Amino acid sequence: MTSNPQLDRHGALRHLLSIEGLPRDVLTHILDTATPFVSVAEREVKKVPVLRGKSVFNLFFENSTRTRTTFEIAAKRLSADVINLNINASSTSKGESLLDTIANLSAMDADMFVVRHAQSGAPFLIARHVREGISVINAGDGRHQHPTQGLLDAYTIRHYKGGFTDLTVAVVGDVLHSRVARSQIHALSTLGVPEIRVVGPKTLVPDSFSRMGVRVFQRMEEALAGVDVVSMLRLQNERMDGGLLPSAQEYFKTYGLTLERLARAKHDAIVLHPGPMNRGVEIESGVADGAQSVILPQVSFGIAVRMAVMSILAVG
Amino acid sequence: MTTPALPSAETLIDRLVERMASQVDARRCALVGIHSGGVWIAERLHARLGIAAPLGTIDVGLHRDDLDRSGLRQRMRASMIPFEVAGADIVLVDDVLYTGRTIRAAMNELFDYGRPDRIRLAALVDRGGRHLPIAADFLGCGIELEDRLEVVLERGGEASAPLSLRVSPRTSTPRP
Repeated sequence: MTSNPQLDRHGALRHLLSIEGLPRDVLTHILDTATPFVSVAEREVKKVPVLRGKSVFNLFFENSTRTRTTFEIAAKRLSADVINLNINASSTSKGESLLDTIANLSAMDADMFVVRHAQSGAPFLIARHVREGISVINAGDGRHQHPTQGLLDAYTIRHYKGGFTDLTVAVVGDVLHSRVARSQIHALSTLGVPEIRVVGPKTLVPDSFSRMGVRVFQRMEEALAGVDVVSMLRLQNERMDGGLLPSAQEYFKTYGLTLERLARAKHDAIVLHPGPMNRGVEIESGVADGAQSVILPQVSFGIAVRMAVMSILAVG
Repeated sequence: MTTPALPSAETLIDRLVERMASQVDARRCALVGIHSGGVWIAERLHARLGIAAPLGTIDVGLHRDDLDRSGLRQRMRASMIPFEVAGADIVLVDDVLYTGRTIRAAMNELFDYGRPDRIRLAALVDRGGRHLPIAADFLGCGIELEDRLEVVLERGGEASAPLSLRVSPRTSTPRP
């Protein structure tokens, strides 16, 4: 018996809420399952019947067209019926509570909820209150987790590097506020990456991060030396308003990924970015569009990984 | 009922080669093996018949009709169809023909890639017990087998290792 709400008592995945607390074999099973789904995208008919007859509700309490679209494509390629709900604009503005909303949608015979919420922990609350048989996928909650993003980053790294156990990975940027970084660091350390570095200004990458088992750097040049993977984070504009950063130009000068800085990494290092990119702020166009960039493959792999997660949740 | 004896896998492959040689145009026809056993046989047939088109492989895991009951298999492989399916003349290859559900799933999967001109089926062993109206065009041999038994094709190790067939009590419910 486990206390992890994501796993059933046989240790199988029941919800995907956070990478933290998921054992390596569960993560590996998701990555392995994603492989056949990658090839589905290469067919004339990009559809398989794994979720035929099931209903997937995209519950976006916070706007994110891009993430919602990738979940929608994943569910549709699995032949599910997809219902998109922009909750901001409907029930909460009428005063309905989160759990009432969920109870109502459950009564509409949902099989799966994909939840994006500005508040950390909201998908956990929902998972605790849905009835048996309904699965919840966290599509990003506050600053907490974005597990499918962490998994697709891991899939991309495994695809290009063949494994995890001899890699050095640098995560660059606003680690403090990034749910992507948190999920990625948990995924990569669980999968056996021996050295994860984080780098950025002290306001966004405090020394306390070393408690997560990562090495903290303030200088890009040192952090990138000899790494196999450079994982860039998106710099959110509101950080500048909050006084945590001087200006976009200043940030680029110190932490922007340029071809010159990338040359410090291994010659076959790959560059990841979860999108959308701020060209000229965290990344130079020459890098974003260059030979070492795997940013667009990340998007395709992301659909396959989400198909794998949904399939495992729906049929086991 | 005693366990019926089976010819050796290699003998049955010889027979398939013989039966297919005059019916399969090596320049025009493509072979697609069904994972796992069907791929091993298709590899042999592909080489011995001198098929020009690269060999295709199919994992029917995503088109199975019992996903609700049995769940996903631990290690599914990606289907690889390295030729244009639209208009192709295809021979599907499997080791053991039983309920026919695997073949149904494989045909569904093939049609996701395009509309083939023709699909024929080659199987090493037909053990009877069909649930669907499916028959092999090329067959190594047929036997009548009780439901509690299964025919298992095994390979010693790497691709060139010898194949062997055995009949044993069934370990699982029939899977498509």
